[in-house]
Amino acid sequence: MIRMENVAKAFGDNQVLQSMSLEIPKGTSMVIIGGSGTGKSVALKCILGLIKPDSGMIYVNGKDAAKGDRDKFLARFGMLFQGAALFDSLPVWQNVSFRLLRGPLKRPAEYAREIAIEKLRRVGLKSDVADRFPSELSGGMQKRVGLARAIAAEPEIIFFDEPTTGLDPIMSGVINDLIREIVTEMGATAMTITHDMSSVRAIADNVAMLHGGVIQWTGPVSQMDASGDPYVEQFISGSAEGPIEAVR
Amino acid sequence: MNPLAPLGGLGRAVLSMLANFGKVGIFALDAISHIFRPPYYPREFAVALMNVGWLSLPVVGLTAIFTGGALALQIYAGGARFNAEAVVPQIVAIGMVRELGPVLVGLMIAARVTSSIAAEIATMKVTEQIDALVTLSTHPMKYLTAPRVLAALITVPLLVGIGDIIGIAGGYVVATQNLGFNAATYLQNTVNFLETKDIVSSLVKGAAFGLIAAIMGCYYGMNSGRGAQGVGRATKSSVESAAIMILAANFILTGVFFSV
Repeated sequence: MIRMENVAKAFGDNQVLQSMSLEIPKGTSMVIIGGSGTGKSVALKCILGLIKPDSGMIYVNGKDAAKGDRDKFLARFGMLFQGAALFDSLPVWQNVSFRLLRGPLKRPAEYAREIAIEKLRRVGLKSDVADRFPSELSGGMQKRVGLARAIAAEPEIIFFDEPTTGLDPIMSGVINDLIREIVTEMGATAMTITHDMSSVRAIADNVAMLHGGVIQWTGPVSQMDASGDPYVEQFISGSAEGPIEAVR
Repeated sequence: MNPLAPLGGLGRAVLSMLANFGKVGIFALDAISHIFRPPYYPREFAVALMNVGWLSLPVVGLTAIFTGGALALQIYAGGARFNAEAVVPQIVAIGMVRELGPVLVGLMIAARVTSSIAAEIATMKVTEQIDALVTLSTHPMKYLTAPRVLAALITVPLLVGIGDIIGIAGGYVVATQNLGFNAATYLQNTVNFLETKDIVSSLVKGAAFGLIAAIMGCYYGMNSGRGAQGVGRATKSSVESAAIMILAANFILTGVFFSV
């Protein structure tokens, strides 16, 4: 389980997170929605320790995320980045099995390659992709490789940062279905940030609306349309009228 | 207007410069400390050795040969004013080994290696590849910085040594083919005139310049701003800073080795 308590973060004068509190039960899929620049990615990076919050506490399975062995802590996470963040200098299979080729989880290269190909198949890519470089792949394929890398070490917790941004609707649907299947199959705890409402409906068990640096509403996805929260209603309808300023 | 306002601006600029020196110094110590602490990444080190050392050889060789040749011509023409044309072998040797070899190789490495390190790491930062490294339990300082710094520390002195030899060879070719010097005498004079201290100073300068070049590339790459502009600025700043620091370090090391 992940718990954020009154997490605040500012960059200079820009107070991105005011006092964000959120709970993600183990084995569930939480989707955080909100406009651009509202701090969704910052929240996610605070949990991973990529950004240090100014105040507040973050707990993962009841333990303070800022304390303890970083490698052990991070070994429990997988992450799909917005732009996939694949390493340009490495072929696809080495990207996927990055953790298995170095560091404490190091395995023989042949075994790591087998795992990479298996994970690539899991995300719908053929084995011939394994020896290509990321620059030779389309955006959708890069996202799938990123997804394969995120699940390669079978993590307990998976983060998805804007998983469908920049993809056509069909590829978005494929990625959404893959995420849902994988999260269910692995029993992982998932946290996704997106502004794509089709992703929300496909991926989420629970939804949280982040605006003004705080969670405005949170609840099961089945209650989202009838939430009664003006922020959520405006976000779903895509209207320029409402509490969220259209010009920010 | 306050007549002391310009002094305030000057003070802020000096404080900012000192703060930057401090940040670079802390970064350098951190980078060096990661060379000695596991885990190690031999593949990344091998790639860095290739990029910094082997692939820099053509640039270093061409720079050195033309500089050595031009130096021979200049010394011959200058020496002729007071009937000292015969000193060409000695001055080419001392000029290349003590000064021009290390400095020109250092500047070429700054142009070629510092810029490429800064641009590569800055692009990795902008495209979240460095964040991805962290989430994959890989320390960016160990994976990106330590192999490059160690590779530069090892290969740049070798490049300087090779540059010194090629530069002297350039002077030799010009002197024997164009200026009428006897080949055997030229070589004899070169070998007899050089001292161990000249060669040691050249290699020490090479190590120092390699360290500076790699550290500046990594520092500006890791601290780059966002987008294409951020990458461009990081690359430009890294080369400027490396070049200035190499020239300053050259002055200091020359003083250390040769001050009377």
